[in-house]
Amino acid sequence: MVNTINYLKETPSQTAGPYVHIGMVPNFCDITGVIAEDLGKAMIGDGTKGERITITGRVLDGAGNPVNDCVVEIWQADANGIYNSPAEHRSGADENFAGWGRCPADKDGVFRFDTIKPGQVPGPNGAPMAPHVSLWIVARGINIGLLTRMYFSDEAEANAKDPILARVRPSGREHTLIGKREGDTVTFDIRLQGEEETVFLDA
Amino acid sequence: MSTSLPNTPQIAGSFFARDHSRHPPSYAPGYKSSVLRAPKQTLVSFDSTLSERTGPAFGHNMIGELDNDLIVNYARPGEAAIGQRILVHGQILDENARPVPNVLVEYWQANAGGRYRHKKESYLAAVDPNFGGFGRSITDENGYYWFKTVKPGAYPWPNGVNDWRPAHIHFSVFGTGFVQRLITQMYFEGDPMIDICPIVNTISDKEAIKQLIAPLDMGNTIPMDMRAYKFDIVLRGRRSTYFENRPEGN
Repeated sequence: MVNTINYLKETPSQTAGPYVHIGMVPNFCDITGVIAEDLGKAMIGDGTKGERITITGRVLDGAGNPVNDCVVEIWQADANGIYNSPAEHRSGADENFAGWGRCPADKDGVFRFDTIKPGQVPGPNGAPMAPHVSLWIVARGINIGLLTRMYFSDEAEANAKDPILARVRPSGREHTLIGKREGDTVTFDIRLQGEEETVFLDA
Repeated sequence: MSTSLPNTPQIAGSFFARDHSRHPPSYAPGYKSSVLRAPKQTLVSFDSTLSERTGPAFGHNMIGELDNDLIVNYARPGEAAIGQRILVHGQILDENARPVPNVLVEYWQANAGGRYRHKKESYLAAVDPNFGGFGRSITDENGYYWFKTVKPGAYPWPNGVNDWRPAHIHFSVFGTGFVQRLITQMYFEGDPMIDICPIVNTISDKEAIKQLIAPLDMGNTIPMDMRAYKFDIVLRGRRSTYFENRPEGN
């Protein structure tokens, strides 16, 4: 007879369903008057420090169809690489940047975030990770939210040293995590399945 | 007694590995729309970094007075949603059984007839002009949340020829780290449609399914007013950080 370990078990995930907008972005589906503005719609203001960028892309299914009913959330550090979070142990996060955004895809499966380029964040053993944004995708047909990261095409040197990209490199799929930067716009298409399938993470 | 030692850096511990055997797989053909939306490649696993251990916080001041009262938050003045009045309440905990305070919980549902207020919804059950179907709470210092609503109806959906969803409420929960993020559905004790639902049955572990079924809570049922259901939600636990102790660790 051994001692008992009384851990609880994580509540199982279920799909967000096709009407996820009702709960997460109610104004987007015309449920107005309950909350003033959908949460996570505006990420930056005049006081936000850092280089302004737009992150945009399409979410596509295994047949190339737009996933036009998904919701994408992003989470990122500020321009100095510090997260605005109670779980961040370093101080000095930009108080004018929450670092989190939420966007429902449009009819073409397109999402868009007006944000800032994040700084480098320390990774395992304190070695810096390349600038990146975490993304989480939920939708009808997705049983458990899909986590991925977007890195930047104009950070080739930092990307080459990034410890998470290093884990992906042997599979030859690293490029699916690199957002293509052109001017102030970074394009990041997410392919859920099949050819050029985006790498999804379990962390 | 203090739970953190002085002179130690404050490090939020990394998370317990997710036990995928209790979650639905991405590819679950009984739920047809998962077939084209499931990755074919395996997930790339790594121990969470600061990017996953941190997450957004939302203040109590963003919550409006009626945000957790779906019976009236969309109703015309002096009117109310039609249906069985219920109180849904519970605690957000982590796998170490510690309450998760000050986190955002969002919920949405169909009306008493099983009709959603959504432009893509075409079910012939009537829309309730006094019911929006959305609310939100921030957990208190003990991780508790509660809201008032009407019990949602079951509704048919185009999966199999004659598939019906059991009565359910959708939940979206934030933890303190971005990878604690969870969306799930709450079902009601005793509903015979739970066992035959393709979405419920994407979960193969019968014990795990039970964790999604809220029991009738007569202790908190309000006489001559509303019944109560209790739904606790467990988020991933953090590992102990023995040399870098702080409350976010175990």
